[in-house]
Amino acid sequence: MTTLFTILFDGVAYGMLLFVLACGLAVTLGLMNFVNLAHGAFAMAGGYICAVLVNNSGWPFFAALPLAFVSAALIGVVLERTLYRHLYTRSHLDQVLFTIGLTFMSVAAVDYIMGSSRIFIKLPAALEGQFDFFGVGIGRYRLMIIVICGLLTVALQLILAKTRFGSRLRAAVDDPRAASGLGINVPQVFAFTFAFGCGLAGLGGALSAEILGLDPYFPLKFMIYFLIVVTVGGSSSITGPFLASLLLGIGDVAGKYYVPKMGPFVIYTIMIVILIWRPNGLFGRTAAR
Amino acid sequence: MTAVSEVSSHAISRARWRPAEIAFWVLAASCAFLFPSRYLIMTDIVRLALFTLSLDLILGYAGIVSLGHAAFFGVGAYSAGLLALHGIINEPVIALIAAGLIAMALGFLTSFLVIRGVDLTRLMVTLGIALLLEALAERFSNITGGTDGLQGIEMAPILGLFPFDMFGKTGFFYSLTVLFLLFLLARRIVNSPFGLSLRAIKNNPLRASAIGVPVNRRLIAIYTVAAFYAGIAGALFTQTTALASLDVFSFERSADLMLVLVIGGTGYLYGGLIGAVVFKMLQELFQTLTPQYWMFWIGLVLVVIVLVGRERIHRWVLWAPNLFIRQVFGRKAVVAVPGNDPS
Repeated sequence: MTTLFTILFDGVAYGMLLFVLACGLAVTLGLMNFVNLAHGAFAMAGGYICAVLVNNSGWPFFAALPLAFVSAALIGVVLERTLYRHLYTRSHLDQVLFTIGLTFMSVAAVDYIMGSSRIFIKLPAALEGQFDFFGVGIGRYRLMIIVICGLLTVALQLILAKTRFGSRLRAAVDDPRAASGLGINVPQVFAFTFAFGCGLAGLGGALSAEILGLDPYFPLKFMIYFLIVVTVGGSSSITGPFLASLLLGIGDVAGKYYVPKMGPFVIYTIMIVILIWRPNGLFGRTAAR
Repeated sequence: MTAVSEVSSHAISRARWRPAEIAFWVLAASCAFLFPSRYLIMTDIVRLALFTLSLDLILGYAGIVSLGHAAFFGVGAYSAGLLALHGIINEPVIALIAAGLIAMALGFLTSFLVIRGVDLTRLMVTLGIALLLEALAERFSNITGGTDGLQGIEMAPILGLFPFDMFGKTGFFYSLTVLFLLFLLARRIVNSPFGLSLRAIKNNPLRASAIGVPVNRRLIAIYTVAAFYAGIAGALFTQTTALASLDVFSFERSADLMLVLVIGGTGYLYGGLIGAVVFKMLQELFQTLTPQYWMFWIGLVLVVIVLVGRERIHRWVLWAPNLFIRQVFGRKAVVAVPGNDPS
């Protein structure tokens, strides 16, 4: 019974992490209908920046996390303004090619600068180990992830639902032409959202170094996971991707624990079945208009 | 002239062999005698060309964007390897066709999944199928040899007459013959009424179905055919290199494939062949420049191609030949790469 709870706990932590990593993609791919396969590259950028700050410059871990967010967001906004912007109206094939190209470039560049081996981020002592909670082993680091990601999720939901920016974004997504007719600066809204999503990915990348492992091939390895979160979750709200990430996290951890030999087989099968059954995602309206 | 006869005469004129095409194949065959020391790389190019031809059939003609075409390549590769390893079918040509048919069966089964949904779902499903097969191949490592791959494959002589030699001469002529025959078949397919209906579907599925084209059935058919081609390409890979490993299913293979096709241009069959030559040359160049980081340059090429625009690049490339043709023969220039973006 306690193993079950441990798996559940680890799965939730894993799922939350996936959500933070992928929710930027939920906006670009789900709402703006832009196939961005390079999303993992932003996560990797955040992770590596955090690692360099903590390991080489001696920053405390919690100070480096916001910086991972900010720097990934900056990279995001620069790329959005210079490159991505031109591709919003292009065909999906062009978007796929372009973002695969970016991913390849980021992989090789990080390999060149940082080396190809997996890197670790030195964690503060307070986050190491685990404690016992009614017989269930709770990893401190994973608990922190759940707390951070949970807070972020709530904040995101509030921003989207309650603030003026949230309603602008929803309007811009629903009908860009009508929105710009109402005086909403649609490109600006999209750029900001894109940057914010990249920042979240960067934060997720920094947090995931401990759990998922951070090496130059990170964007390729986890691309499919991010895509699963978005396509399975749908894009009508962030609740869909959130639930999808939790399902994916718990499913993956449980699958690795109970049927370790099947590897990622379980996840891919479930994904294909769900996509056949509901092409627009479990919780969504259409992903592509 | 009625509309029907107009369409048919147009189609027939398009299907006619042009001098440039004949020159292309003569050139390809003469490469064998021009560079006798480079058989291995040339075989590699031919294999890649066949694989790209397969993607062109679905992407360039039917507009299906696939991120997991390596699935069929891998199935073909492993089928050919296993058939030879266990001595089930020793004769390479029959084994090749058998491997192609196995991939074709898989293509037929998965086509039902692929025709559902929009671009995004298709991307995911094709990618998912390739990853699924990779996971399966890893799981059943007692059959596939896992990460070490299939080892100790012994190929029998082709048709009992031509044994494979270590310089790859037989392999090259074998691959080139297969490519040529399959190219003829593909050419026949895309110029047939079936091929024309595919173009109609690519341009506008709704309109195509309104004029009575059975959209789903056509897509299933071409996807199945493309899977056969990819399976043959994979089987050629195993037969000419005598190995098959897990990376036949890898995502990089599918992604590179897209790049090859995009370099060459979609929707006129030669794109795959030209793209394969250019891609392999680029790869050689980058690998000698920066052995470990050639992926960066490949990525850069992709980004630049997309940013500049695929049509524009092809117009630039065709500018000089077109000028030449206009000046010398005084007739209309070669049509630039036809077709709109599949989106």
